[in-house]
Amino acid sequence: MKTRHKRLLIVALVVLVIGAALALILSAFQSNLVFFFSPSQIASHEAPVGRTFRLGGLVVAGSLKRDGVTVHFDVTDKAQTVPVRYVGILPDLFKEGKGVVAQGKLEDGVFVAKEVLAKHDENYMPPEAAEALKNAAKSNQKMAASLVVDK
Amino acid sequence: MIPEIGHLALWLALGLALILGVLPMVGAWRGREDWMTLARPGAYSLAALVTLAFGCLLASFIGNDFSVLYVAENSNSALPIQYRIAGLWGGHEGSLLLWMEMLCLWMVAVARFSRHLPRPLLSRILSVMGLICVGFLLFMLLTSNPFDRLFPVPADGNDLNPLLQDPGMVVHPPMLYMGYVGFSVAFAFAIAALIGGDLDAVWARWTRPWTTVAWLFLTIGIALGSSWAYYELGWGGWWFWDPVENASLMPWLLGTALIHSLAVTEKRGSFKSWTVLLAILAFSFSLLGTFLVRSGVLSSVHAFATDPRRGLFILAFLTVVIGASFALYAWRAPTVGLGARFALISKETALLANNVLFLVAAGAVLLGTLYPLLLDALGLGKISVGPPYFDSVFMPLMAPTIFLMGIGPLARWKEASVPDLARRLRWAAGVTVVAAVLTGWLAGEVHLVATFGLMMAFWIFTSVATDLWERIRPNGGGLAAVRRQLGTLPRSVLGMLVAHLGVAAFCLGVVMVKTYEVESDVRMAVGDTTTVRGYTFKFNGIRNYEGPNYTAAQAQMDITRNGALVTELKPEKRIYRVQQNPMTEAAISPSLSGDLYVSMGEEVDGGAWIIRVYVKPFVDWIWGGCLLMALGGALSVSDRRYRRKQGGVV
Repeated sequence: MKTRHKRLLIVALVVLVIGAALALILSAFQSNLVFFFSPSQIASHEAPVGRTFRLGGLVVAGSLKRDGVTVHFDVTDKAQTVPVRYVGILPDLFKEGKGVVAQGKLEDGVFVAKEVLAKHDENYMPPEAAEALKNAAKSNQKMAASLVVDK
Repeated sequence: MIPEIGHLALWLALGLALILGVLPMVGAWRGREDWMTLARPGAYSLAALVTLAFGCLLASFIGNDFSVLYVAENSNSALPIQYRIAGLWGGHEGSLLLWMEMLCLWMVAVARFSRHLPRPLLSRILSVMGLICVGFLLFMLLTSNPFDRLFPVPADGNDLNPLLQDPGMVVHPPMLYMGYVGFSVAFAFAIAALIGGDLDAVWARWTRPWTTVAWLFLTIGIALGSSWAYYELGWGGWWFWDPVENASLMPWLLGTALIHSLAVTEKRGSFKSWTVLLAILAFSFSLLGTFLVRSGVLSSVHAFATDPRRGLFILAFLTVVIGASFALYAWRAPTVGLGARFALISKETALLANNVLFLVAAGAVLLGTLYPLLLDALGLGKISVGPPYFDSVFMPLMAPTIFLMGIGPLARWKEASVPDLARRLRWAAGVTVVAAVLTGWLAGEVHLVATFGLMMAFWIFTSVATDLWERIRPNGGGLAAVRRQLGTLPRSVLGMLVAHLGVAAFCLGVVMVKTYEVESDVRMAVGDTTTVRGYTFKFNGIRNYEGPNYTAAQAQMDITRNGALVTELKPEKRIYRVQQNPMTEAAISPSLSGDLYVSMGEEVDGGAWIIRVYVKPFVDWIWGGCLLMALGGALSVSDRRYRRKQGGVV
């Protein structure tokens, strides 16, 4: 084999490996994106059923109930509320009235969380939760504004 | 007064860094000896000034000077002394100062140990490092001054985040930063060599030990962070694919690729432009990591900054550094030449494949880390990319890497033969399959994916053993011959073998813990027991006590197996008084064959607690493997040919 051919073969092999790896990466990427939805979006049936996604908002004060290791609580964006069920230990900084992000699936109107994400600091609000509250507040204003126009 | 001295020292350091960044560089270009001689004293004085500033901030922390804003935010008079010191790097401004301090230490080391380098080259190297100092000093002085005063002076500080009040956290940041910043040396060598056009095997020999040392610190730093997450976060996980972890993993992957391609450049003169590119990339990824962690674009325990100017500044700095070095690369690299030729089946090809795989892995991590940020920045919605993505990408990428890892060291340079390799490795392959199946059977269940993973681990073990045996084979000389051969084995070879063994231990730990761990969350009243994997955990009640700056509820647990007491574990739930934050302290009984791990959830009704009980087989092998890798790095750096006198001859 001539040296030039060898070099070509090496280049071809490298391209092949990278191509295969890219295909693998992109397909894994596609199937593992986790989208984020707010309680309002869930109420208007925008969230998928049976696919994992993230839910963010505030834990409704007084909604936390325990049943052995199973925990029930409600998450709100101050416009809509979604009930959440979780089995396991909640993170240290989980508190009623504070922001929370949970990852899981929607089953019969209940968000079954596989994971409740910890905040790392008392005053920290998960960006997803903050976003949900902001959007809900915005649409509330819009609604108020349209009511005024309707009059 | 002390903070003002520190602040002034930083400004003076900035001036000096500018001089260091410009004069020796220009001197090397115009052949002015007098300007070039400024490089080494300049580096020493710059380091002295930054160290002075570092010492000033440390003094403010130790002396509880809460008139300094940064101290007030990250410390408290009730904080034990070791955490007051660690508080220095517990926040944004201080960790930047630590970054600077590390950069200066590296610079002094280069100035000290590279006196034998040609003067123009050394001047350029120190100048490049000086320019990096300019960027970071400007960043600190313009956007994140650690010496800002606070008025009125608060009576006490806001305390260090309780998560960071831990011995692991005292050491983790300095180690990690030593690694991150250490790649700046390889970067400076590469840039200096590109400018001067003296890129050759000798350049690779000079760069190699520096890169290896940086890499070994990064390895230890990452391992420390991972073990901290394991015992401190109370979830028993050791890697979360958190963007901040990814930010340290990417430079590590590139650094690993760089170490291997430097080997080819030194031994064979090939891959030169590729090696230079990797050196630039490794440091660029360190900077990118700093940007990700420090700009506040990520939400995590590490993200301190919320000031958008900071993110903008680092982004601009990143653009300048990466843009300029790539422009220089495009301009100068084509003159570098291709180096020695090699056949399709050869050690060179194996190492090239290693490089490609590591680069692709780093790219995959980059995609998963940046894509959510990009979407968010463009206002296209919030998404996240979770561990399943990284898991499903990493396993297929690492499998061929590890396969090659068994073959590469045994293959000959220039041209190797497949039948020869197959013959030499046949025993290794056989033992690998048997050992993997046997281990699965002993662990209780032969699992297809796990067996494959175990085969990867054993493949490294056996191929390393084969490699070692071929090197020390007595050839009829008996035990004395073996001992003699072992004595003449170069440290660099020994280092490689040990580092590869580390990878094997790491793989074994990962596979065992992923496949055979048992996790269970249970509600336990006083006197209740639960049995996991043959271990019976008994909850004997709660003891309350007062720590130096927290109040703790400590669970008393007895662990028995077949009626015999194995150990007592005392996990805690602490409330830190200043911030009133609850913290979980897990209790772990470690052993080579696995950990017993207990952590507390919350109190439920009538004195019962939710308790989390884990059995984690072989989990300590993960960090043990990392330590072995670092030890391998240290061994190869101590190789005779890197000692100063030897280097000076070249």
